[in-house]
Amino acid sequence: MSQIGSRYRQAYWKRNLTYVGLLLGVWFVVSYGFGILLVEQLNAIRIGGFQLGFWFAQQGSIYVFVVLIFVYVKLMNRLDREFEVDERDETS
Amino acid sequence: MNVQAWTFVMVAFSFAIYIGVAVWARARSTGEFYVAGAKVPPVLNGMATAADWMSAASFIGMAGLIAFMGRDGSVYLMGWTGGYVLLALLLAPYLRKFGKYTVPDFVGDRYYSHVARVVAVICALFVSFTYVAGQMRGVGIVFSRFLNVDISVGVYIGMGIVFFYAVLGGMKGITYTQVAQYCVLIFAYLVPAIFISMLMTGMPIPQIGFGGELADGSGMYLLDRLDGLTDELGFGAYTDGRKGTLDVLFITAALMVGTAGLPHVIVRFYTVPKVRQARSSAGWALLFIAILYTTAPAVAAFARTNLLNTVSNQPYEDVPEWFTNWEVTGLLTFDDLNGDGLIQNTGPASSVPNELTIDNDIMVLANPEIAQLPNWVVGLVAAGGLAAALSTAAGLLLVISTSVAHDLLKKTIWPSITENGELLTARIAAGVAVIIAGYYGINPPGFVAQTVAFAFGLAAASFFPAIILGIFTKGANKYGAIAGMVAGLAFTASYIVYFKLVHPDLNTAEHWWFGVSPEGIGTIGMAINFAVAIAISLVTPAPPLSVQQFVEEIRVPRGAGPGHEVAA
Repeated sequence: MSQIGSRYRQAYWKRNLTYVGLLLGVWFVVSYGFGILLVEQLNAIRIGGFQLGFWFAQQGSIYVFVVLIFVYVKLMNRLDREFEVDERDETS
Repeated sequence: MNVQAWTFVMVAFSFAIYIGVAVWARARSTGEFYVAGAKVPPVLNGMATAADWMSAASFIGMAGLIAFMGRDGSVYLMGWTGGYVLLALLLAPYLRKFGKYTVPDFVGDRYYSHVARVVAVICALFVSFTYVAGQMRGVGIVFSRFLNVDISVGVYIGMGIVFFYAVLGGMKGITYTQVAQYCVLIFAYLVPAIFISMLMTGMPIPQIGFGGELADGSGMYLLDRLDGLTDELGFGAYTDGRKGTLDVLFITAALMVGTAGLPHVIVRFYTVPKVRQARSSAGWALLFIAILYTTAPAVAAFARTNLLNTVSNQPYEDVPEWFTNWEVTGLLTFDDLNGDGLIQNTGPASSVPNELTIDNDIMVLANPEIAQLPNWVVGLVAAGGLAAALSTAAGLLLVISTSVAHDLLKKTIWPSITENGELLTARIAAGVAVIIAGYYGINPPGFVAQTVAFAFGLAAASFFPAIILGIFTKGANKYGAIAGMVAGLAFTASYIVYFKLVHPDLNTAEHWWFGVSPEGIGTIGMAINFAVAIAISLVTPAPPLSVQQFVEEIRVPRGAGPGHEVAA
């Protein structure tokens, strides 16, 4: 692999790691943060019949998880095209 | 029609669908048998993954568990969904690019070592067998309660069905059957949940009704009423936690990482045509799982409220029919300690002794009857429970047969075996695995229930670090990986065996290390695995150049093989 090709790949990999890091940060905050560590504090806030910390622990974190994966899919598909490492159609 | 007739109709109808699908989608090559020819569209793969993942424990057990644990039940909700984020972001795309058949395949190739492969095979077999025995027990419970047959007859029927489509269809047959099973199980879960939500809160969407006001005109929120009831009876308020924060943290982490390390879940991402579809199919899988997992806590709260309203301080003479039916199975028992003829259902903080014992596993199945829903709904729930148990059992059996035929025989012992020979071995191995699983379903070893923690803890402490280091570092070598897996496994297994089997009497918070229960110890096992693997890799020779190039290759999607159509 040429020097340029290798640097190009490193840039791609770096961006990938940045995305993963950010998304896992959100993943950590909504579940371990809101649902476990800060649950009592958040429970002081009420939305309808839900205490907010309880809601994050039993509902909210799961919704966020689903959104996170689809955001990742979108970001990575764009990144793959930008760096021209996406799969070409003839491979299907 | 009565409940039994409806159950029979629903179960027979759903079984007929599964068999039809299995015949239509039977496997003709090892590629089709192991990974469905890597041709499954992502949305369907997501559905199949969801059915594969949601077992009898999710369908039958989880809501009941949460109903009795209150907020602490969140560990299962977050743990069993959050793992998919790890899977999608850290594992699925790279493993699809790698593009072979199994997790031991990856471990063996990345760490250029048969020893590593064999260690991985042993972990895969252990995890899968633990799991599959639990599924067969679920099948037995449903049959014995609703169709009034002996538990063992129920298990034989379940074995027959699974045998038919797993052995015949391999991954291809299983995948398409699981799509059908997902539809059956989610419909069966949502219908009673919507009914009950309407009855109790006037709101058809359970996720919203859960936080809504009661429909009895009191203007009180359902959760406030439930908190009041549980507090008054000495259980502690429903929305309060009772486990230590650190323990909750570790259990959630162990379940998340364990989910991402389960071989029967990971193998799913080998079955889609492309890397980008491996990513999106994890998203679809979690979406389909989330439909059930966000409904479950609502069902739990409804069921607990209903149960307390229906039986607490009521005369035993007047109990409804479902109460007596479940008493026959021994999963619900009433012991009139004070002889007043009333049912006292109280918690540890109450001065009145508790007289009612209810097995977690019956809550979801009994819920439609407690809420007096129509008989066909009860039958539907039974069919849904079977769908959940059978789909997971089939997925696990496939992992077992693949591990034996592909990882052990073809890759280790007998590399010159022909394609047809390998396919035949895989079928025989699946058949033998069905028989062993059935045996444990009929004669459940006393430790099955306790060893669920095992499956997750071991997956978290063994596969996950090895795969992550294999993808995200180039320096991790075979010495590090093997030592890491062995250390993580040995630590986790001995902690669990000590507290669950050797000294169950010491299994309380004051004896645990740092207050971490055996359910959460996999998290520490994982940390040990990472630490050992990194340390040993640093002081031993780096992996060969070819392996470093292999890592470069799996990091980019372009060039993923078209799948494994070996002989069409």
